Amino acid sequence: MTIEEREKEIVEEFSMLSDWMDRYSLLIELGNDLTDFEEEHRSNQNLIEGCQSKVWLYAWEKDGLIYFMADSDAIIVKGIVALLIRVLNGRTPDEILEAPLAFVDAIGLKEHLSPTRSNGLVAMIKQMRMYALAYKTKLAR
Amino acid sequence: MNFPIDEIRKDFPILSRPVNGRPLVYFDNGATAQTPRQVVEAMDRVYYEHNSNIHRGIHTLSNLSTEAFEAAREKVRDFINAAESRQIIFTRGTTEAINLVAHSFGAAFMQPGDALVVSEMEHHSNIVPWQLLAERMQLELKVLPVLDNGELDLAALPALLDERTRLLAITHISNVLGTINPVKEIVALAHSKGVKVLIDGAQAIHHTKVDVAALDCDFYVFSGHKMYGPTGTGVLYGKAELLEAMPPWQGGGEMIQQVRFSGSTYNELPYKFEAGTPDYVGVVGLGAAVDYLQQLGMAEIAAYEKELFAYAVERLEGLGDLIFYGRAAQRGSLLSFLPEGIHPFDAGTLLDKMGIAVRTGHHCAQPLMDRFGIPGTVRASFGLYNTKSEVDALAEGLLKVRQLFA
Repeated sequence: MTIEEREKEIVEEFSMLSDWMDRYSLLIELGNDLTDFEEEHRSNQNLIEGCQSKVWLYAWEKDGLIYFMADSDAIIVKGIVALLIRVLNGRTPDEILEAPLAFVDAIGLKEHLSPTRSNGLVAMIKQMRMYALAYKTKLAR
Repeated sequence: MNFPIDEIRKDFPILSRPVNGRPLVYFDNGATAQTPRQVVEAMDRVYYEHNSNIHRGIHTLSNLSTEAFEAAREKVRDFINAAESRQIIFTRGTTEAINLVAHSFGAAFMQPGDALVVSEMEHHSNIVPWQLLAERMQLELKVLPVLDNGELDLAALPALLDERTRLLAITHISNVLGTINPVKEIVALAHSKGVKVLIDGAQAIHHTKVDVAALDCDFYVFSGHKMYGPTGTGVLYGKAELLEAMPPWQGGGEMIQQVRFSGSTYNELPYKFEAGTPDYVGVVGLGAAVDYLQQLGMAEIAAYEKELFAYAVERLEGLGDLIFYGRAAQRGSLLSFLPEGIHPFDAGTLLDKMGIAVRTGHHCAQPLMDRFGIPGTVRASFGLYNTKSEVDALAEGLLKVRQLFA
């Protein structure tokens, strides 16, 4: 599945829910279902500290593709993290660098990614792209 | 009780705007208060009728503008019962006022090896300026602890006020815990040990009658935007003999008497500490905010808010699943809590969807959050236009939040 197809899938899932309570309910469910973050990687180095909530991010490369693992102490943030990982996990560095992530706006959660929302998400996406760039450079050698 | 709450709410048009399709319930007054149209109109009138730079001109508009500015100063003097209007210094806010004192009081009265005391419940604005001063002048910064119930550990205070200690900086009402500190008694104790006191009144000035003469504090600071006035305005009150002895902070026009390259001399109080063109429009607005509060009466406002606060405590404690931070015997104006097992960000985000504005996070009091071992709280802070039905909306909102996490 391409990134666009993954994003479309998510937008469809959310468009069936017109009530904000249902949307956040789904987000909370996704947050709770997010794969457990491996404790050995829960370090200060992997911590992205926001004003409102914390996010931990760990990335690794395998066969030219980048994989992510993430966690947050706030469940709603965790839910959005789950969606971002669903879209960006197991992709090439270029795909990650170029992904516009339009789906977040499409599902009505754009406010959570505005820079002023110091919940760690904006910083996390930036960090994901930096990992992609770092691995891209490394792979090119 | 005969508090004209419906009339008051009409003075604040913003209160009738919907948020996310729901009526706005504004419970973030601790961050900033809304502004009544009387204040907005007073500022409009400056721009429409007599806008002119103050103090320096000789023409009519300049005189009118100067009169309005100085009239506002006198209003503030009267509001806090200061002896003379030259003791009222206009700043950009509480933070700037504290930075001014840190800089100038430090320069005049402190030397390497001296000490300062702040409390564990202080807002960053009443911590960091002192840290910067301590670094610059090699001072020791000591911390008065907070007890589990959110009260100051007053038993520990005398030992902290030793012979090297020059100043104690303390909040009147905590912006996180709602604790009302016994500042009058604290000032008396500090003075008996030769220590000066700065009181951070940002969260108190609009909730309780402040009488700086009765408190006998050395400095009292507060912001306009938290007391229903405009942003960008604030007040530093100081004892005259201290302000006289303190060197200027910012240099420039207005604060000078004579400027020569061989050396300049400085203006008298209060102008010595008001460099450059002030926000004279904002200050007129601040004066109008003082008028608004004086007309309602601080005693009447305090009585109304006391009843509202008691109702909020009852309703929210009644939910049974909230952990409260700050249970001091003397408290008011705001409630900090965590719905058990729910992150404050999650709770605040969902409440926002219901039109309820609360604040979440560390509230610019990270040391206090560390002390309680929490990432932050949900804070509902009340103003004179809030109602019991708004408290009900918050309680119902919190029930919905709980449902979503069930």
